[in-house]
Amino acid sequence: MEGAERSQEESTGQVQPLLSVRDLMVQFPNRRGVLTAIQDISFDLMPGEILGVVGESGAGKSMTGNAIIGLLEPPGRIVKGEILLEGKNLAALSQQAMRRIRGRDIGAIFQDPLTSLNPLYTVGDMLVETILTHLPLSRAEAQTRALDMLSEVGIPAPHERIGHYPHQFSGGMRQRVVIALALCANPKLVIADEPTTALDVSVQAQIINLLKRLSKEHGTAVILITHDMGVIAETADRVCVMYAGRIVEIGPVRQIISAPRHPYTVGLMAAIPKIGSGADKLIQIEGVMPRLDGIPAGCAFNPRCPQKIEACTRTVPPMIAVAENQLAACHLFTKPGGA
Amino acid sequence: MFVLIVRRTFQSIIVMLVVALLAFTMFRYVGDPVAMLVGQETSLQERAALRENLGLNDPVPVQFGRFVLNMVQGEFGISYQIGRPVSELISERLPATLELSLLAALFALLTGIPMGIYTALRPGRWLSHFFLTLSLVGISLPTFLIGILLILLFGVILGWLPTFGRGEVVDLGWWTTGLLTESGIKSLLMPAFTLGIFQLTLIMRLVRSEMLEVLRTDYIKFARARGLTNRAVNFGHALKNTLVPVITITGLQLGSIIAFAIITETVFQWPGMGLLFIGAISSVDIPIMSAYLVLIALFFVLINLTVDILYNVVDPRLRGDMRSSLG
Repeated sequence: MEGAERSQEESTGQVQPLLSVRDLMVQFPNRRGVLTAIQDISFDLMPGEILGVVGESGAGKSMTGNAIIGLLEPPGRIVKGEILLEGKNLAALSQQAMRRIRGRDIGAIFQDPLTSLNPLYTVGDMLVETILTHLPLSRAEAQTRALDMLSEVGIPAPHERIGHYPHQFSGGMRQRVVIALALCANPKLVIADEPTTALDVSVQAQIINLLKRLSKEHGTAVILITHDMGVIAETADRVCVMYAGRIVEIGPVRQIISAPRHPYTVGLMAAIPKIGSGADKLIQIEGVMPRLDGIPAGCAFNPRCPQKIEACTRTVPPMIAVAENQLAACHLFTKPGGA
Repeated sequence: MFVLIVRRTFQSIIVMLVVALLAFTMFRYVGDPVAMLVGQETSLQERAALRENLGLNDPVPVQFGRFVLNMVQGEFGISYQIGRPVSELISERLPATLELSLLAALFALLTGIPMGIYTALRPGRWLSHFFLTLSLVGISLPTFLIGILLILLFGVILGWLPTFGRGEVVDLGWWTTGLLTESGIKSLLMPAFTLGIFQLTLIMRLVRSEMLEVLRTDYIKFARARGLTNRAVNFGHALKNTLVPVITITGLQLGSIIAFAIITETVFQWPGMGLLFIGAISSVDIPIMSAYLVLIALFFVLINLTVDILYNVVDPRLRGDMRSSLG
């Protein structure tokens, strides 16, 4: 596994990763014991790269995002692993130090723009407040920057709109405001948690294109969490597939779509309806993802896996290089691939 | 905003007219006003003359119209018992009640809101548990009992504070105040505390539950994700949203503080409107009772009007200028 990761770094050149997550594990202690929400999460993110994270609801996508920005809801906590942002381990930072990272180095965009904005604050209030928290600017300069941000995210007549309250904006416009807020201190990384799920289909494409454009222009890396493979295919450079709290496959987006290796990814890709494929029945993966307190021994996917072998019920498969820059956690590849 | 004020004022007038009708009915039909006014030895002729004089033979709508007209001018008739104009009696007593009520409300707000915020932000601390337990006591003990216990402790055992009355008051011509003399302030402490303690616990619990609710919302999470300081998140974003419902309840409570000062005034023999009203009830002094009814209703209506306007100032969603755009 270590070897595989290293070979991946070498192939992307000598650039240091912006974010490097290592063996991340998040647990929720409760009355009956301890629930492990995510474990063995390891991946790298290059500066300016867009990494898509897909999986079913409850796979641990949002949990991973929350762990990175340090907003796990108590009693959830990071029990193991490192989150290295340019070499600094965020998992070991104090709450106070982590607060300074949020907004300044890592921006966040949440799912529902209708509830993400405080109804009693004008858009300008929120922007100026965020800018002043992170950047050494005067109030007037912050105001100018806020106007620039609004026009950059494509809000018409920013001079007029800056004094408006969230309820005076439509859903799509609000998500643009949220994006402006996430980017206003020019962070190096943005975590976008289902940024388009709550929006109309026609608006979704606009928001995705906006994110893509801003990422390119500012060199901002993006972790795009979604369950929509279509969005990932359009936007991401690499994709990370999660299942029951673990990464099962990670690799360049074209490769994963054209040649998925892990049986779960294979199922996920097959489940995307294709126009003109002639099939009148939607393909689906049989069964449901296990709950956190009922994850089976061995590979968590084994009860639903069509290619299950004997090893699957005994040990958790490690991440194995299955193609160039592509890793999958599946026993089917243990013998030929090696580690 | 202007439209709202006009509309609300119009509604308030209707409410006041209904209350006036009640007061009028009480005035006119609970017992015979003439019999109340005159002595045993008054002849039937004199009674009839008085009846004619007072306009009691006019059609009922005319009488009601006259009643409302008098009321608007502050004329509530003459007290049966004391024999002085009710308006005079009330304006003598009003400062005492308002001073007591406002001080009690101020005390409840200034301690209740911080305690509510503290218990919401630091739920695990022992001080939070202490506040919550204390608030249970405050809510469950009846006002008069708290008053009596206070009198026992500070008045009788310790002898620090006077147990009844307003102490020395300063007459400002249009207002008598106890706030300018030491004995006046001392006399105010226990009644204000007694009157305010229930409201304090109510406000504290309300602020706490509203704040806990607000802290769970997405916009608070997003505010944290933007790296705002805890201070900005808790006391800016969260508190502002918490206060919207708190304003309404507090407004209504201020009305009931004034209205229910009766018990506290009785316990401490506070020379306010409540005491006047209690006296009026025991002697069936209808003019005072109906004037009190109208006055309390007026307070409630005015406070509600203020709350509605405040609501609009605080919450932009309620303002008229809805300019929603599509995009």
